[in-house]
Amino acid sequence: MLVCGGTGCHASAGELLFENLKKEVQENDLKDEVQVVATGCFGFCEKGPIVKIIPDNTFYVQVKPEDAKELVSEHAIKGRKVKRLLYTDPVKKEQIQDSKHMGFYKKQLRIALRNCGMIDPENIDEYLAADGYEAMGRVLLEMKPEDAIQEVLDAGLRGRGGGGFPTGLKWQIASKNHADQKYVVCNADEGDPGAFMDRSILEGDPHTVLEAMVINGFCINATKGLIYIRAEYPLAIKRLKIAIDQAREYGLLGKDILGSGFDFDVEIRYGAGAFVCGEETALIHSMEGERCEPTFKPPFPAQSGYLGKPTNVNNVETYANIPVIFNKGAKWFASIGTEKSKGTKVFALAGKINNVGLIEVPMGITLREVIFEIGGGIQGGKKFKAVQTGGPSGGCLTDEHLDTPIDFDNLLAVGSMMGSGGMIVMDEDDCMVAVSQFYLEFTVEESCGKCSPCRIGNKRLYELLGKITKGQGTEDDLDNLRNLSDVIKDSSLCGLGQTSPNPVLSTLDNFYEEYLAHVNEQKCFAGQCKELIRYEIIPENCVGCTVCARNCPVNCISGERKQVHTIDQSLCIKCNACMEKCKFNAVTII
Amino acid sequence: MTKIKSLADLKKMKSDLQSKISLREKSENPEGKVVIRVGMGTSGIASGAKEIMEFLMEETEKRNVDAIVTQTGDMGYSYAEPTVEVKLPDQDPVVFGDVDKKKADNIIEKYIKNGELLDGIIPQNYETIDKK
Ligand SMILES: Cc1cc2nc3c(=O)[nH]c(=O)nc-3n(C[C@H](O)[C@H](O)[C@H](O)COP(=O)(O)O)c2cc1C
Repeated sequence: MLVCGGTGCHASAGELLFENLKKEVQENDLKDEVQVVATGCFGFCEKGPIVKIIPDNTFYVQVKPEDAKELVSEHAIKGRKVKRLLYTDPVKKEQIQDSKHMGFYKKQLRIALRNCGMIDPENIDEYLAADGYEAMGRVLLEMKPEDAIQEVLDAGLRGRGGGGFPTGLKWQIASKNHADQKYVVCNADEGDPGAFMDRSILEGDPHTVLEAMVINGFCINATKGLIYIRAEYPLAIKRLKIAIDQAREYGLLGKDILGSGFDFDVEIRYGAGAFVCGEETALIHSMEGERCEPTFKPPFPAQSGYLGKPTNVNNVETYANIPVIFNKGAKWFASIGTEKSKGTKVFALAGKINNVGLIEVPMGITLREVIFEIGGGIQGGKKFKAVQTGGPSGGCLTDEHLDTPIDFDNLLAVGSMMGSGGMIVMDEDDCMVAVSQFYLEFTVEESCGKCSPCRIGNKRLYELLGKITKGQGTEDDLDNLRNLSDVIKDSSLCGLGQTSPNPVLSTLDNFYEEYLAHVNEQKCFAGQCKELIRYEIIPENCVGCTVCARNCPVNCISGERKQVHTIDQSLCIKCNACMEKCKFNAVTII
Repeated sequence: MTKIKSLADLKKMKSDLQSKISLREKSENPEGKVVIRVGMGTSGIASGAKEIMEFLMEETEKRNVDAIVTQTGDMGYSYAEPTVEVKLPDQDPVVFGDVDKKKADNIIEKYIKNGELLDGIIPQNYETIDKK
């Protein structure tokens, strides 16, 4: 009997249920036959506490502590399912007998991550056993480049690096530009803070990227591939190197691959880890040994890229989808997802969520499903406030958007974007003004400084936000924030500046009252902006134990033993130490 | 290593490898080997997966457990690293989270030797493409 031990189920008396089940098993002398085990979160917290019985996979939901007796006597002893506790499919309205048939288990579908956690990434044989290089073999030997491009077009794959440009179309354009040498580039810069799907793919399944790059090269008639990866990813680099060596030894990279007459080889190029290096023109300059500054498009890399030659740039996750498209067919791939966004997307779930981690879901899934079912809901049973998607280029969405199906176009329509797939969940303790200030701080640091709107404008945005979080802002400042944001978006040279005001604009749209409270009442409801809050001791609760005073790093708390203590506001640095240490809930934030 | 020279070679190699790999994993395996996979992505290693892998390799050998210990990539359960997947012959794989040496010891003694489950196993919640 597996009992969910996640925080969500714990909150709904799961612990007592666990104890009761153990007791029942003991009392019925079943200790040797039945084992009661607490598990990690099932991610089905809405219907918790969960009990799953194996080996028959019966899935019981909303089980109460007092149900323990019946579960043991009926299911364990008599082998009859307790019908009233079975999960009922919300659509079909029928009871589900075992978990393998639950829609919930179909929430995650692994295409790009299919081999991550399944094969040994340092052993090419395991990749070969998992259909590795078969797609490449068939494309090289049995298909014409235009047909292979057509397959990618039909699949409807769009770039996973942020922009969502149709991959097949990109290949088609690159194939039509003729030159004596062309290049295929894999963008493994992954600069979005909080995103680590590209790293995980390269660490867990490096060959899939190599295989896709060969296919890409064949389609556009390029014989050289370059992987641009940040030097901060040493393990990914090590595994890539091993993979390249192994592929060369097997003749899957190099001259006359599989007797097809097609040559292709891959080299690694290192980046120093700046956000702007992920922008494709800047990336190309960086590979050329120039400063990593973006240049105006057109010309697009497909026309004039690396060393002035036609260059096709794709993201790691985009590539990881390619072999599957050829192995399972464009039609299969296009059957997953929404009308204009096909397939799956990998998200890095982070923030105030229970199941922090990497997930891969079909496009069209809702934010609610991702956050509350797969993500297991908000930590500590707190209230959901916002979710930030798309990193520094994206926006903050609210509960209003929880039922929006996630795809490229829907996220754009509600003022955010897919970006590379970072997803940071915030709860009631997060101040949205401070959140947008955090992103702007990142942008200011990462702006390359080439164009003035981005270099100066973002800095001014950051300062305005700073003024507001200190309680010195006015309503005029809010208008200025918006106007300046619009100007930066319209006039910046590259995607960095064109999207950097998004965190500001989306929080202004969705959390305007919070900004107003900061400027009109000098209040931060989340209690995060230090200048706007004050720590006070509640006299009724204070027993005079002196713990707060002893832990205060600036000695601003005074009071005799067994007497009510006081905080000297002029000295307090708002470090929160007193509140953390007080066992009597006598410290409060005003 | 010899070069693979044609698509036919590649396909033959795949089927040879598949039977080799599935032999060591599948239930029909007469030797009944246990397959232990340790999630060795950056986050896994940062939380100690390397030590756990070494521990498992040494200890399974010392205690005469016929197991194959291999590494694999990130399984996605960042909140519970290090993660270890154990596949007993004839059974679905089980993923254990937050594995320290004590837990690794329990995995060998309790789960692998006696088939007893341990607290803290992670329920799998995704589908792989082959099931589609
Ligand atoms: C500031 C900025 C940073 C970017 N960072 C990345 C990145 O880290 N990885 C990436 O694949 N694409 C990044 N891009 C998008 C690339 O310019 C390019 O569109 C992408 O690599 C194309 O591949 P795709 O079509 O497969 O997505 C970034 C764009 C901008 C404007």
